[in-house]
Amino acid sequence: MSETIWVIPLIPLLSSVMLMLFGSRLKITHIGFLGVASVGISALLTLVLAVEFMQNQQIIQESLWTWMEVAGFAPGISFYFDGLTLVMMSVITGVGFLIHLFSTEFMEKDPSYARYFAYLNMFVAAMLVLVMADNLLLLYLGWEGVGVCSYLLVGFWYQHNANGQAARKAFIVTRIGDTAMALGLLLLFTELGTLDIQAMVGAANQTWQIGDSIPLIACLLIICGAVGKSAQLPLHTWLPDAMAGPTPVSALIHAATMVTAGVYLIARTHGLFLLAPTAMTVVAVIGIATSLMAAFTALMQTDIKRILAYSTISQIGYMFLALGVGAWSAGIFHLMTHAFFKALLFLGSGAIIHCLHHEHNIFKMGGLRTRMPVTFWSFMIGSAALAALPMTSGFFSKDQILLQAYQLPDLGPGLWMAGLLGALLTAIYSFRLVFVVFFGEANTEPDKDTGWRMAVPLSVLCFLAMIGGYFMIPVAEVFPASDGSHPAHWVEYVSISVPLVGLLVAYLVFFNRRLNIDGLANSTVGKSLGNFWLSGWGIDWLYDHLFVRPYYGLANLLKSEPVDGIYGLIVALNQTFNHWLSAAQSGRMRWYLASMVAGLIILITLAANLPTGVLQ
Amino acid sequence: MIMINLIGILLIGGLLAMISERFDDKMPRKVAMAVVLTDLLYLLMCLSGMPEITQLQAPLANDPSTWLMHFKSDWIPAFGISIELALDGISLLMVLLTLVLGAIAISASWTDIVVRKGFFEANLLWSLAGVLGVFMALDLLLFFLFWEVMLIPMYFMIAIWGHENRGYAAMKFFIFTQASGLLMLISVLALVAINHSNTGVWSFSYFDLLNTQMAEQTAHWIMLGFFVAFVVKLPGFPFHTWLPDAHTQAPTAGSVILAGILLKTGAYGLIRFAVPLFPEAALNFSYPAMLLGAAGVVYGAVLAFGQTDFKRLIAYSSVSHMGFVLLGIYAWNELALQGAVMQMVAHGFSTAALFMIAGSLQERLHTRDMRQMSGLWQQMPRMGAVAMFFVVASLGLPGLGNFVAEFLVLLGLFKVNAWITVIAATGLITGAAYSLLLMQRSFQGEVNKKWADHGLIDFGSREMLTMAVMMIALIVLGIYPQPVLDTAHPVLQSLLELTTEPVNTVAEVVR
Repeated sequence: MSETIWVIPLIPLLSSVMLMLFGSRLKITHIGFLGVASVGISALLTLVLAVEFMQNQQIIQESLWTWMEVAGFAPGISFYFDGLTLVMMSVITGVGFLIHLFSTEFMEKDPSYARYFAYLNMFVAAMLVLVMADNLLLLYLGWEGVGVCSYLLVGFWYQHNANGQAARKAFIVTRIGDTAMALGLLLLFTELGTLDIQAMVGAANQTWQIGDSIPLIACLLIICGAVGKSAQLPLHTWLPDAMAGPTPVSALIHAATMVTAGVYLIARTHGLFLLAPTAMTVVAVIGIATSLMAAFTALMQTDIKRILAYSTISQIGYMFLALGVGAWSAGIFHLMTHAFFKALLFLGSGAIIHCLHHEHNIFKMGGLRTRMPVTFWSFMIGSAALAALPMTSGFFSKDQILLQAYQLPDLGPGLWMAGLLGALLTAIYSFRLVFVVFFGEANTEPDKDTGWRMAVPLSVLCFLAMIGGYFMIPVAEVFPASDGSHPAHWVEYVSISVPLVGLLVAYLVFFNRRLNIDGLANSTVGKSLGNFWLSGWGIDWLYDHLFVRPYYGLANLLKSEPVDGIYGLIVALNQTFNHWLSAAQSGRMRWYLASMVAGLIILITLAANLPTGVLQ
Repeated sequence: MIMINLIGILLIGGLLAMISERFDDKMPRKVAMAVVLTDLLYLLMCLSGMPEITQLQAPLANDPSTWLMHFKSDWIPAFGISIELALDGISLLMVLLTLVLGAIAISASWTDIVVRKGFFEANLLWSLAGVLGVFMALDLLLFFLFWEVMLIPMYFMIAIWGHENRGYAAMKFFIFTQASGLLMLISVLALVAINHSNTGVWSFSYFDLLNTQMAEQTAHWIMLGFFVAFVVKLPGFPFHTWLPDAHTQAPTAGSVILAGILLKTGAYGLIRFAVPLFPEAALNFSYPAMLLGAAGVVYGAVLAFGQTDFKRLIAYSSVSHMGFVLLGIYAWNELALQGAVMQMVAHGFSTAALFMIAGSLQERLHTRDMRQMSGLWQQMPRMGAVAMFFVVASLGLPGLGNFVAEFLVLLGLFKVNAWITVIAATGLITGAAYSLLLMQRSFQGEVNKKWADHGLIDFGSREMLTMAVMMIALIVLGIYPQPVLDTAHPVLQSLLELTTEPVNTVAEVVR
């Protein structure tokens, strides 16, 4: 297996191409089979690879061909495989396979079934290229590739303008980050002469000292790319809108894999970030700020998918926090557990939406506990893991992040406390969702229950969300070892108990209603604050007025081509002269005689005034 | 002789196509297609007998014997004017692009042209002949002659077979190119005169005129004459305003040739003449030229975003993309130049395809106004999917040719000036904005009821075949561009050597 890792992304790619070319002629069952099986084979091959890797810990490098070779710039179509790659590949193919299986039932009635699987397979291929690339340019290919697939899938139901709008927003906002990242690539190549990640980090360590300004600029540019893709402040605004896509897409792309690409990118280039401590602080601050902002926003949402979207933004904030404090493997660990429980929650919400006539509003659901038991347990487990209740997978990963954040000198305790506030909010909003949707009065009757193709992926993900915390991710060789010290025990106890407090609050407010917050919510301050959070802190409004409208205005202003005005002036000038001169040719003898005489007088006067000698 | 034959086949083929209309009015397009394919085949056969271009030594700019092909015969010996044609890697790439896109243009005219079909195909072939001449002529007067030859048939194509406002557009096109052509002619004559006063010999040959010694100021002004002529053609900001009108009004095949090939003659002229003939003057001018390039990238993208006319939007996107070519040329290092050459090829395919889609829409809907479209994917999924492919190609998706081009340009440019690179890179964002808007307004969005009972016909096999050629070309250019890079490499290498000295000074000036 280790000689041919390139077939792993190739299989879904081929399947995607086949679906694009022949999809309209294939039967539904064949389309589904092709779509699921291709990712399934990739998952199996990844498993084989994982077993081999566990035995020999062998890093694999494979080069297919040189992409282009110009004046010393020679990135290859070549792959690099280590423990980090393995974790990412396992998540992509494993969770990806489950979501593909789920989709066969979810999308069954859709007339564009083949197009859906073509895009989804293409996405898996691009995402695999992203994590397997051995150089930043090939990574960028995967990076943009997943961006386009995300655009295509968010706008999958293209007949609604709003979906197209959301899709374009997703692409363009991330493109802003991507462009900055491309500039980072230009800078790194210009300074170091290679984009091959391992060689580049090596060269960087030889060329630069810790704290130099060029690695700082390069890291900041890379952060821009990561922030765009991973929906962190200030480029997070596209993710909630991206929920316009089919729900399994949200599970795969906008929860489990693509949005964590930014985390992967920073982890992959951590050697560079270690040279720029300021950049790491920036990452940590962005992470914690995003995490809190999104948690408050999630608290107020009523659309089930938007709650999950903001919670994704918030959880990726934790991963950024981890990266920023140098807890690299904790960040990647949280990436993995988050992929399990967030895919589970999204698929669960997909099942609800599927069975409840496309209802998205949680207050129109209610009482689903008995009628959709599989989904109920999925949400219970998923929310417990999301809230980081003890012994769930989310607990292990989030706990590691918070404890390591605490140990950071200076900023540490502050980051830790902010992180705890986020954890409290997370527990409240996740159990608010559970209590409102699954308990209480039934407002909408489901018209069906989930079939096996939905139930199996949900069950498997439940299992993973429970036990994922006991997995050992093989990244010890990839990242520098942490010093292994532990903070005081009380820090640990507080970290464990905060989510439980959140659960209690949610229970009191949304389940037995002992705690009445209506008065608070209806007060002027409460209301305006609530609306402020509901709108995502008004950031969309701000961007709309700061960037979108001025750009439309500018385009509108220039539409009629002001530059052409200059040429229009030349034309007008010509026409005026033409007018004068043709007016002179009036055909009247008197006018001709008069102008001849006038001309003669002028000539004679001129001649008389000329210095002598000129005329001789 | 091969090069004379290449041009001759097209010229005579044009006559044949015109005459063939007398027998059957479906004949001209078949004849024209046969002629172009024959030409292409002939070229490939001749090439197969030659040494691999990559194995050739770098063709020394001033030694014709090192070129892939060279032909010289007296024309007006008294003034040193000769029929001198030569082919090196870059001209070869351009000639191949011309013939392939020529065939694609004929395919685009298949059902689009309904009147005077014979004369149309004749004009098309003659225009191609002129372009081939431009790419191969190395006698400056002959070059000027071909420069004019390619324009006149193009003028007819717009003026006779164009859309509602064709008269205005054709005249504008003609005046812009004539005026700039005149500047070039004056510059050519001035250069020849200076060479004559230096050496006492009349010669219009490129090889004799290279390294002509002259005063710095003189060189600057003569260089500017060439520069303006070529930049008008490119088109570079602010000389681009003829392009949107010409494109919008031209028949589809005309747009394909205009965008795919004619624009590239401007870029070719800059690489072949404007810089090498006046290395010092040209590279001292590189800063303003790069600023114009960056301005074109930004301005073209913003204006494209504001358009409601499908074809006009693509026309402005060309202004933006050609800005990258200008940047690449004046950054004048191998990375950037390779990017510029790559952009010439990749943009040729991606834009030609988009214009064909625009033409197909106009043929079916009788409008180019995107406000009348919306949701066309529903009825024409194949056309929609193809459009999506070329839209993402044009916004620079990695894995397709345009990305390689733009990335190489930016990479080369970054070494020269980081800030201009930043400005140019914003084109990647604004490019995405207008490209996706095009897609949204035409193929996506709510299905427009207006067309529901029109029975719109999706792309048929002829159209899909044509599109497939361009798609495959872009994919190959995107993931394995090496053949193109290798073909251009020796030429760029020798051009860079020719101008080595000034490059350093420019780098210092710019920094």
